[in-house]
Amino acid sequence: MSLIVRNLSVDHGAIRAINNLSFIVEKRRLTAVIGANGAGKSTLLRTLSGLIPASEGKASWGEHNLLKGKAEQHVRNGVSHVSEGKSVIPELTVEENLDLGALWRRNKKEADVTKKYVLELFPRLGERLKQRGDTLSGGERQMLAIARALMSKPQLLLLDEPSLGLAPLVIEQIFQTIRDIANSSDLTVLLVEQNAMGALKIADIGVVLNLGNIVAIGPSADLIADPAIRAAYLGY
Amino acid sequence: MEGVLEMHSTHRRRLILFIVVGAVLFYFSSRVGILRLYQGSTVSMYVIAIGSIILLTGYSGQISLGNGAFMAIGAYVAVLSQLYLDLPFVLTFFVAVIGAALAGLILGIAAARLTGPYLAGATLALAVALPSLANLFPVLGGEQGLGYDSGNAPTLFGEVARFKWLFWISSFTALITCLILQNILKSRYGRIWKSIRSNSVAAELTGIHASKSKVLAFMLSAGIAGLAGAVLTMSLGTVSPSAFPLSLSFALITGAVIAGISSLLPGSLVGAVVLVGMSQLVGTLTTRFEIGDVLAQNLKELIVSALLILAVVFTPNGPGEKIREMRDHRKHHSHGGHR
Amino acid sequence: MEKLISASLIGLSQGAIFALMALALVLVFRSTRVVNFAQAGQAMVSTYIGWEVVTRTENYWIALPAAALAGALLAAIIETFLMRPLAKRASHGAIAPVASIIASLGVLGVLHSGAAMIWTSEQKLFLSPVSVNGIEIGSTVYPFSQADILIISTVIIVMSTFAFFFQRTSLGLSLRAAAFQPEISRLAGVKVDRVRTIGWALSGAAGAIVGVLVTPGNYLSPFSLDILLVYGFVAAVIGGLESPQGAALGGLILGMSLSFTSIYVSSGLTFIVPFVVLLLILIVKPKGIFGGGSSRNA
Repeated sequence: MSLIVRNLSVDHGAIRAINNLSFIVEKRRLTAVIGANGAGKSTLLRTLSGLIPASEGKASWGEHNLLKGKAEQHVRNGVSHVSEGKSVIPELTVEENLDLGALWRRNKKEADVTKKYVLELFPRLGERLKQRGDTLSGGERQMLAIARALMSKPQLLLLDEPSLGLAPLVIEQIFQTIRDIANSSDLTVLLVEQNAMGALKIADIGVVLNLGNIVAIGPSADLIADPAIRAAYLGY
Repeated sequence: MEGVLEMHSTHRRRLILFIVVGAVLFYFSSRVGILRLYQGSTVSMYVIAIGSIILLTGYSGQISLGNGAFMAIGAYVAVLSQLYLDLPFVLTFFVAVIGAALAGLILGIAAARLTGPYLAGATLALAVALPSLANLFPVLGGEQGLGYDSGNAPTLFGEVARFKWLFWISSFTALITCLILQNILKSRYGRIWKSIRSNSVAAELTGIHASKSKVLAFMLSAGIAGLAGAVLTMSLGTVSPSAFPLSLSFALITGAVIAGISSLLPGSLVGAVVLVGMSQLVGTLTTRFEIGDVLAQNLKELIVSALLILAVVFTPNGPGEKIREMRDHRKHHSHGGHR
Repeated sequence: MEKLISASLIGLSQGAIFALMALALVLVFRSTRVVNFAQAGQAMVSTYIGWEVVTRTENYWIALPAAALAGALLAAIIETFLMRPLAKRASHGAIAPVASIIASLGVLGVLHSGAAMIWTSEQKLFLSPVSVNGIEIGSTVYPFSQADILIISTVIIVMSTFAFFFQRTSLGLSLRAAAFQPEISRLAGVKVDRVRTIGWALSGAAGAIVGVLVTPGNYLSPFSLDILLVYGFVAAVIGGLESPQGAALGGLILGMSLSFTSIYVSSGLTFIVPFVVLLLILIVKPKGIFGGGSSRNA
């Protein structure tokens, strides 16, 4: 099973946000998509998770066509998306946010097992189950967002800028957690980041986007070593 | 310099157009029967009232379910000023506008921070509250209301039938209102309201005082509604609380939506003609097809309401925009935007 | 003393009605951002269904759930076939912020005239299951009847059922989540469209219950519930439009204000009190008592 994107184009009205994109994410790989603001990173994830329609091309996860059906159906097919900006519901408690990710699952026993696993992964959340989402710190909220996505027991996890607006120390922690999740489970991760260095460091594969086009793709170590990419995206 | 000249010429063109329309109306007023004259007066009243909604909702993006209440204020002010100050009818119209605008200003200031549904709630409560004041204060004449003398045409015109005279006044008032409104909507304020409507935060950042402009729109809208109320009272010859039910406020919104909520002309005219013409149409239908009483009494509301739903679903911003959209669509052949 | 007791009891009974109507409006508003003026019409049509049942079976307790069911069905139909497509079609231009309010006014008109065609505008008598006469204690007759007790207890039962449903069940959680953050809910697998329809259906049922509760002792006509829409809406706005607790509190505040002014001042103020109370509260809190606490993205 792998994520296959072929000749994908997405338009926002008259503006082409993604232009003829093609790439493959192999199973159990952590792939980082980096690029400046407006490069089309978020649009890519929103298209893959069924939030916005594509104009042309194909995208599939295993036998599932990702360009067909609604977002709620994609979750059922094993694709979970943590959208940009700490995607938790502030009015709900931490536990309700977690449960929300598993409401659609028929087998409640299995869902309980997942919950236990998730709470082991994020013990801080376990201490705050009854607190409202908006009482959490930024880092905790991001953890809760990822935890909620994991509650759906995904095979493909789409992460949109988990480092956004967090303190450097917390960012490091979040990235480490993402790497740990990818290592310990049968999970394929597509991570979208503006924090290019941090993302490439934990990723297996890197994709560099600019104005909706792929400008470089390859093992992330190679990208870090590439002087042109260092200059343009890594800032040194 | 060229721009200024251009402005002047559009102003002049508009003025000439209105004079021509006025002359045409004057000519036809001697060629049609009493019923048509009466309908013409009602259409004129609706044009003014719908204009007040178009300014408020179509331009400044606020919704008022209470413009019927401002009509009531205008109507009562006109009547009282005639009764106690003995003002000639032209001046009663002026004080009606001022009175309603003042009420609008007060409510507008109180409601300046209210958005969408909260404003709708406040104006709805006003629309229900206001007519009941008539029963509380004896000076307002209670349920029976008060009489209004619309006078006779100046002898200058010779013998003029009452309905023709009423039609002259109301259509002339509607014409002037449209002329003034058109100029207001095309002015700097019209653009400011539009920019606030589409994005109030961005408008604030460019230095526009959003809440002040909104209050201004609310006040103007109330004043125009007050004028419509005065015209209504004049053509009825009386004012009473039952002339301003909640359904009047709703009818105004219907009239404003049918031909596009930001189209003053021909929008308000089309809306007014639909509202008035529907009664006639239903009347004809019921006699032609011998529809039973129960059905006939409710057919008009059914058709108008259904029309409102269809309009807002199929041509949400009016037929004009729909046509433009279809043209653009053919040109670009692209899909609509997202987000 | 008698005056005080009377005013409080009437206020409580009226407040309960306003609260339930407000809840109906809140349920729709927070799940779909629609101020549903058709609510009065939906409640009225459902009450006519209840009236049909009660005149045939002479059993109020069958009519009540029948009306609630009819109300739920009607609301679901309006949401699915009108409001949902409308949200997509009228999403831009001058009409966008007011499209749903305007459409709901259209629905109200259709329901009014449709009901008048089917049942005529004549007032209908709705059989009450309990006495509608004032309760006599000692030598004084209080303007408070068994029907008022029925109203208050039914409203309490309905509202606590709703509260339990929202706070303690999975579907309730989906409803709240979809109301607060539809996009995140979608990503979590909540079928937001379906959940919204359920929200409307619950609201329709609540409105129908209001109709069937207040109509006995009064008359039923196509317009008889309109004024309740105004009171219910004012109560909902007082409470902040988004919170069920706010709806309950708003209903109570309005009910008490009305009964106290009409008993202590004058009954001619009935229509003015809501406006004054609403304006006073909105001047202090422009988004109602429980409103405006959180930001949201659609």
